[in-house]
Amino acid sequence: MMRSIRIRLFFILLAATGAVWLLAVLWTYLSTQHEVERVLDARLTEAARMVSSLITDHRIDVAAAVEAAKGSELQTSFDMPAGDYSRQLSCQIWSLQGDLVSRSESAPNASLADHEQGFAEKIVNGERWRVYAVVNPALGVRVLVGDNIEIRERLVGDVIKGQLVPALAILPILAGLIWFSVGRGLAPLNRIAATLSLRSAQELHSLDDSGAPPEVRPLLQSLNALFQRVQEARDREKTFIAYAAHELKTPLAGLKTQAQVALRSDSNEVRDRALSQISTSVDRTSRLVRQLIDLAAVDSLEAASAPEVVDLADLVKDLVSEMNSLRSARDITVATEIGHGLRFEVANKTLLRLALRNIIENALQYTPTGSEVRVLGARTNSGLIIDVVDQGPGIAKDEEARIMERFHRGTLAEGHGSGLGLPIVEMALTKLGGRLDFVRTGNDGFCVRMRIPAM
Amino acid sequence: MRILVIEDDAVLLDGLKVGLGLSGFAVDTVNTISDAFEALASDRFDAIVLDRMLPDGSGLDLLRTIRSGGNRTPVLLLTAKDEVTDRIDGLDAGADDYLGKPFDLDEVSARLRAITRRAEGRARSELKWSDLALDPASMTVTRNGNTVSLSRREFAILLTLMESPTTIHSKQVLEERLYGWQEEIESNTIEVHVHKLRAKLGAPLIETVRGVGYRMGRA
Repeated sequence: MMRSIRIRLFFILLAATGAVWLLAVLWTYLSTQHEVERVLDARLTEAARMVSSLITDHRIDVAAAVEAAKGSELQTSFDMPAGDYSRQLSCQIWSLQGDLVSRSESAPNASLADHEQGFAEKIVNGERWRVYAVVNPALGVRVLVGDNIEIRERLVGDVIKGQLVPALAILPILAGLIWFSVGRGLAPLNRIAATLSLRSAQELHSLDDSGAPPEVRPLLQSLNALFQRVQEARDREKTFIAYAAHELKTPLAGLKTQAQVALRSDSNEVRDRALSQISTSVDRTSRLVRQLIDLAAVDSLEAASAPEVVDLADLVKDLVSEMNSLRSARDITVATEIGHGLRFEVANKTLLRLALRNIIENALQYTPTGSEVRVLGARTNSGLIIDVVDQGPGIAKDEEARIMERFHRGTLAEGHGSGLGLPIVEMALTKLGGRLDFVRTGNDGFCVRMRIPAM
Repeated sequence: MRILVIEDDAVLLDGLKVGLGLSGFAVDTVNTISDAFEALASDRFDAIVLDRMLPDGSGLDLLRTIRSGGNRTPVLLLTAKDEVTDRIDGLDAGADDYLGKPFDLDEVSARLRAITRRAEGRARSELKWSDLALDPASMTVTRNGNTVSLSRREFAILLTLMESPTTIHSKQVLEERLYGWQEEIESNTIEVHVHKLRAKLGAPLIETVRGVGYRMGRA
């Protein structure tokens, strides 16, 4: 499961803010280091030159010059917090022969530098020094002015600390602000959730997306589309139930009337006739109920993703034996002309079965008593053709469109269909990607042709 | 009373024909609108039982068409659609009454008697003439409180005469009102029934208007 968006956003924002901060600190560190180096190096140069020029003028002796140089510390460079920077500068004056002429108080006795002139770094008594050397050829001395690098680093460290400490102190406040802001930002989602949770199962009208933020709008639109689909499915169901109830009322009225006739009549003949009418009507009504169930089944079935293999001859044999009572009652012969072992793949076996069953049942129902019904199956380039041919009156040309409407019964045929058979067939075929045609073959009878595309 | 039943469900149609026949109606049946038009053009019926949904169209359209043609025969609409709006549509199309499926056979009979009674402008279902009383609902005839036993046909003839006692009913009209199409009628059937009625009720009660027909007479 995904974590709450609020928590997710909170951590993402906190991490992003933290990373930006760390980068800023790193940048400050590097630039401070650079700047400190530049400024302090400039000071070293200046201090060394000053000492050198002071002793050249003979105005002060070397020792005093060193002290003077120390006092020229550049106090304005950095506004530094606490920390002892007073012993930062050290000065040594060496004769060119290599004797220590003089040194400042903080300077070590050992030479701060081995090089002739300019900048260099050296470790003296375990301390690292940055030293500037200048040679005074007139007096024959070399002036060395050095900075303790540790002190320089402490300077940079103090600057960084000055930044980090308040940042860490602010961190919890920042976290709180982020948490609150994310919550505020997600408020539209919460509002939608609240609206939805208050809905009853009947409320399927669209959500208003006019005031919604653009990020939420696609979600709302998808939800609205879903609502609409659910509404349509439910309307279909409602219509179906109403129709089904309606269609069952007429046979029920017939049954009741015949039952009352049977109860009321003293004549055995009338009573027997009424009872046989009841029996016929019960059969017919059972068929209607079965077809209603078929219709609901076809409605809910979908073409499967994996094709199923069907042996057409077996399927037809199965269906015909299922309807054997109807067949023998009307003394009908069923002839099948299907290529031996005609097996093919179909997207959904049940859909094909329901479609074929209703076509064959129609043929058995409407072909004249004692006649023949033929079932032909053949493979073509584009798929499969199944013809069911009967000798009945078929369907009037101008009625072909209406015959697909539920509960429309053909006017040519005598008898008592439910008006559901062909709608079931058509719906099943549509789901299989196939189609239904009526072919009038003259003397040959009426042919209902199913075309099913190859998978 | 002669009734035309227009209904496409064969079992129900058969049940209505036999069942209403048992209640003393002469019933003719058709199962399409086109057949109904033909029947209405050639015969007169006392009432029509009409199914709302027929294979070749809507019963309501048939109803509107015959009403606009001036046919005032009372119509009882049978329907599986039993919503209020359906009932309103049916009544507005010109139906006199409305019955939802499935129904009770006795209720169909009662409603048929009620709508024909209204069509004839009578308030009570019981018919009276002199000391004779006829109740169409229970198919009984009493004279001074004593029940007179009549056959179905005798009752039907007496009912027809008592519905409009001063009108002269020809033999042909009586035949039409008593028998459906499929029923064989002997040429002297009506005379035989009238003769039996006179024997049971007393000769003067049914008056013969020579060469024209019959009407109720002063007992």
